[in-house]
Amino acid sequence: MATALLVKDLRTAFAGPFELELGTGACAAISGPSGSGKSLFLRMIADLDPNEGQVWLNGTERTSIPAPQWRRQTTYVSAESGWWADRVIEHFDVNRRSEVAALAARLGLRPDLLDAPVAQLSTGEKQRLSLVRALLQSPPVLLLDEPTGPLDEESVIKVEALLRERKATGTSILLVTHDPNQAERLGDQRYRMVAGQLQTP
Amino acid sequence: MNPILLTPFDISIAASLIILDAVLSIWLKLRLHRQIAIAAARMVVQLVAVGYVLRFIFTLNNPAATLLLVLVMVLVAAREVAARPERRFRDHSNIVIGFVSVGFATFVTSILALTTAIRPQPWFDPHYAIPLAGIILGSVLNSASLSLDSFLGSVRRERQAIEARLSLGESYREAIAPLVREAIRRGLLPIINQMSAAGIVTLPGIMTGQILAGLDPLEAVKYQILLMFLLSGGSGLSALAASYLAAWRLTDDRQRLRLDRLQ
Repeated sequence: MATALLVKDLRTAFAGPFELELGTGACAAISGPSGSGKSLFLRMIADLDPNEGQVWLNGTERTSIPAPQWRRQTTYVSAESGWWADRVIEHFDVNRRSEVAALAARLGLRPDLLDAPVAQLSTGEKQRLSLVRALLQSPPVLLLDEPTGPLDEESVIKVEALLRERKATGTSILLVTHDPNQAERLGDQRYRMVAGQLQTP
Repeated sequence: MNPILLTPFDISIAASLIILDAVLSIWLKLRLHRQIAIAAARMVVQLVAVGYVLRFIFTLNNPAATLLLVLVMVLVAAREVAARPERRFRDHSNIVIGFVSVGFATFVTSILALTTAIRPQPWFDPHYAIPLAGIILGSVLNSASLSLDSFLGSVRRERQAIEARLSLGESYREAIAPLVREAIRRGLLPIINQMSAAGIVTLPGIMTGQILAGLDPLEAVKYQILLMFLLSGGSGLSALAASYLAAWRLTDDRQRLRLDRLQ
């Protein structure tokens, strides 16, 4: 299996140094207590916080390409979704409405939600829609921060099915999850984050 | 016509209104009463002092002295802009942003007015340059301060949204654009209100002053109209500068949102 994501000596003052190798279409699941640095690790890879060290994607080091382009390829989906316009659909490319609706439907979301005001959505609906937003760009690496945290069992199954499908078509996933069963179901590699250090259990 | 001179007693009656503001602040937990009291005391001391300074500078009639006084005024205004927002930068960015935005807007609009519209001989005659720069500064300070406050407040509130956009590969400029727009808008509102209300709801200060001093109302009105245009231009420039400078200070070469630079 070819290496998609390669993390070398990645660190901040509070966490790391991290080493990680993730193959194309592979999933690394990270669990660990709150505040141990799991989200921080994903944010460091997406280059959202100042950090030191190197991250390579398919042989390209991130500092050699502009930051927005890097983030489009290693897309971070935070545990708390962010919204900047009033209506759901305004957060998507209007020309791709049918694709949005199709993906949303696969995650158990009604099509009329797209025209609803964001303020009316539940946390779980927002979480799934923010995943749809990231999936639409088909990034080679997905950095998912508790994507199924606020979801019911049925929705979790749907999200996992979609993620498995993406893995099969070559998307690599770094998954932060509190659910050990989910880590086992999706993770090809499993890690535990303890006090800013990545450990293999 | 002779101006009616005020006694200290006349003024102290009006001062009781400041107490009203302070009570309001305590009652509504606005945490502004200290700031109100300090601002009021400062205002009195400053105005009396400036009366003497102006007398002195007018008799000097020296361009370097005039420029120096204006620079000092800009510096004090910059400090006000820097101190107002609830959110501040850890380093000295607040005062730098205040100084650049206020100074830039004040100099551009004052020099434009002195060299094209009012045209005193010479154009830097302190009788014209200093009061004009002072009036513009007041308005420009207000705009820069509101814009900076709006931007620094909203950027923390909107952190999730901004970082969601960055994560999806949008540039920092795109992700921050709505906040910058809102900050500039906020900075322009006072001057828009001032212009709409001028003459109907309020009789603007300069015009009132000139009429009280015995000038023909229509001549006073012409001055006021000129001033309103200058103030709106100055407000726009300072709101723009303050908002963009603050936005620029909150990012880095990797287009991150650097909230760690705020207190």
